[in-house]
Amino acid sequence: MSVQQRPERISKLARELRPSGIREFFDLVVGMDDVISLGVGEPDFPTPWRVCDAVIDSLRNGATSYTSNRGMIELRVEIADYLERKFGASYDPEEQILVTVGVSEAVDLAMRVLLEPGEELLVPDPCYVSYGPCVEMAHAVAVEVPTRLEDEFRLTAEAIADASTERTRGLLFSNPSNPTGAVMRREHLEPIAEVASERDLIVISDEVYAELTYEGEHCSMPTLPGMAERTLLLNGFSKADAMTGWRIGYACGPAEIIEAMTRMHAYTTMCVPIMAQIAAIEALRRGEDDRARMVAEYDQRRRVFVNGLNRIGLECFEPMGAFYAFPSVRNTGLTSAQFAKALLRDQRVAVVPGPAFGPAGEGHVRCSYASSITDLREALARMETFLARLEAGEVDLEQ
Amino acid sequence: MREKLLTILTSEGRLPDEEIAERLGLTAQEVADAIAEMEADRVILGYRALVDWASTDVERVFAYILVEGAPEHGVGFNRLAEHVARFDEVHSIHLTSGTADLTVVVEGRDFRDIARFVAEKLAPTPGVTGTSTSFVLKTYKLEGKLIGETTASHRLAVSP
Repeated sequence: MSVQQRPERISKLARELRPSGIREFFDLVVGMDDVISLGVGEPDFPTPWRVCDAVIDSLRNGATSYTSNRGMIELRVEIADYLERKFGASYDPEEQILVTVGVSEAVDLAMRVLLEPGEELLVPDPCYVSYGPCVEMAHAVAVEVPTRLEDEFRLTAEAIADASTERTRGLLFSNPSNPTGAVMRREHLEPIAEVASERDLIVISDEVYAELTYEGEHCSMPTLPGMAERTLLLNGFSKADAMTGWRIGYACGPAEIIEAMTRMHAYTTMCVPIMAQIAAIEALRRGEDDRARMVAEYDQRRRVFVNGLNRIGLECFEPMGAFYAFPSVRNTGLTSAQFAKALLRDQRVAVVPGPAFGPAGEGHVRCSYASSITDLREALARMETFLARLEAGEVDLEQ
Repeated sequence: MREKLLTILTSEGRLPDEEIAERLGLTAQEVADAIAEMEADRVILGYRALVDWASTDVERVFAYILVEGAPEHGVGFNRLAEHVARFDEVHSIHLTSGTADLTVVVEGRDFRDIARFVAEKLAPTPGVTGTSTSFVLKTYKLEGKLIGETTASHRLAVSP
C-alpha cells in the first residue's frame, strides 16, 4: 500500500529546517568497513566505572522517580560548588541553576526564553551545528559572525560590533570551540564583555569543553567584571566526564532567566532522568581524578595528532581546547567537501567538512582526536598516502 | 616530569623515546635522560610483558600465601622477608597490615610445585609461625588491565 505524502501538514518552520551537514556525511560513512573515523564528537572513554556503579546502586535502592523540575538540589549544590572552586563562578543553587537534558536542551530553552520573533542572535561562523537551527526554532534570526584563521577562529569584539544591529539581543558561542578547538583566554574575552555591556547584549556562553583546556586555565565568561548579570553559562557532563549518552547538562544565570527556562522545561521535559542526575552527582563529588586522567590523555593525543597533520602538510594552528583539530586543506586545491569525500573513499578516513559548521569553515576539515593514539597514527598514515596519491593524480575525484 | 613518564611507561613500556617525547612535548633526549636516571636510581626496576598466562599453553600457577611470623628485635620482619624474597619461586612479597604479617605471591608450573615450596621451604623457614595458601583460580584484572577487555565502540561514526 502506498501512503500519500502530505508535506503541507508539516509546519513551514519544520519544513525549512535544514538537516545538519554532519548528517549527510554520517550517511556516507555508514556501511563502509575499516573506516577510521575522526568525525566523532564524543569521548572514546567509557563513563568512569565509579559513576556507573553509583547509578547501579541507586537502581537497587529504587531511585526511579521524578525529581524537582530544576534538578535534584543535591546536584545543584554540587554544581555550584564545582563552578566556584574550579572557575570562580558563583551561583545560588536554589534559584540560579537548571539541570537540563545536555547542553542541547539548555540552548533550545535559552533561545525560546530570550528571543522575540525576528530578533537577532549572533553566532560565530563556524560554530556548533545546533546553534543556528535552535535560534530559528525560536522564530528568531541567527546572524553569523565570521571568524578568521588569522585569529585562530576566535570571535573578536570588532566582528561582533560590525554584525550587531538594533535587533541584536545577544551572542551565543562555545569556548573552547567545537569545531575549531580554539580557546578564548581572558584577554580575548574582555573586549567582548565590553561590547556586550555597551550594547546591552546577553551572552550565552557554552563552556562544555572548559575542562578540556590545555596549557593554562579556562576563563569563564560570568567571572569577568559585570558579566554575571548578562551571561547565561551552559555546561554539562558529556565531554569532561565522558557521559554523552546520559544526556545531562545545566544552565546557570540570572534568576529570572533560569526561572523562565524552568517553567518551559517543566512542561516539555518535566525533569532530567534521575539516573543521569545521580551519575552527575557522583562525577562531581569524586570524578576529579578521572577528569584529570582523560584530559592528560587528550593532551598527549593532541600533540601527536597536530604534529602529524603539520608534518604531512595539512597546516593546522595549535588547538588549545576541546578535542578537535581544524586543519586547512586549501593547498590540495580541493573544497572541504571534495577533500572529505575523496579521503573517505580513497583511504577510509572520515573527517567532517568545515562548512558543516558554517561557511567560514570552507577550506578546513574538523578532525576529532578523541581516538586511540594507534588509530590516530593509522589515520595520519592514510592521510599522508592520500595526499601523495592526490599529488600524483591517482585519486578518483569524480565518484 | 617523572610522574608523567611513569604513567606512560607503566601502561606502555615498549613505547620509543621519540614517541613519548612527542606526547609530552619534550625532546627525545630529555626523555632518554630522565628514564636513564630513574633506572640508575632503581625507581624503574625493569620492563616486562604483562601476560595472561591462562590464554596460553604454558602451565603457570600463582598463589597468595599469607605468612605469620615472629618479628625480630631491631629488624622487625625485614630479615625474614628478605630471606624469603630470595627464593626464585617468590614473585612478590609485601609486609602487609591485617591478620598476616607478610603476603607472598608464589609462582609455579603447577599446584604441586607451589605445595612443595610451601611445605619444604617457606613453612620451615625460621621465624615463620604459620602460612595460609590461596591458589589463584581465575584472573579478571592484572595490574590495571582487564583480562579479555573488548575494544568494541558504541560511538556513532560521525556526530556533532
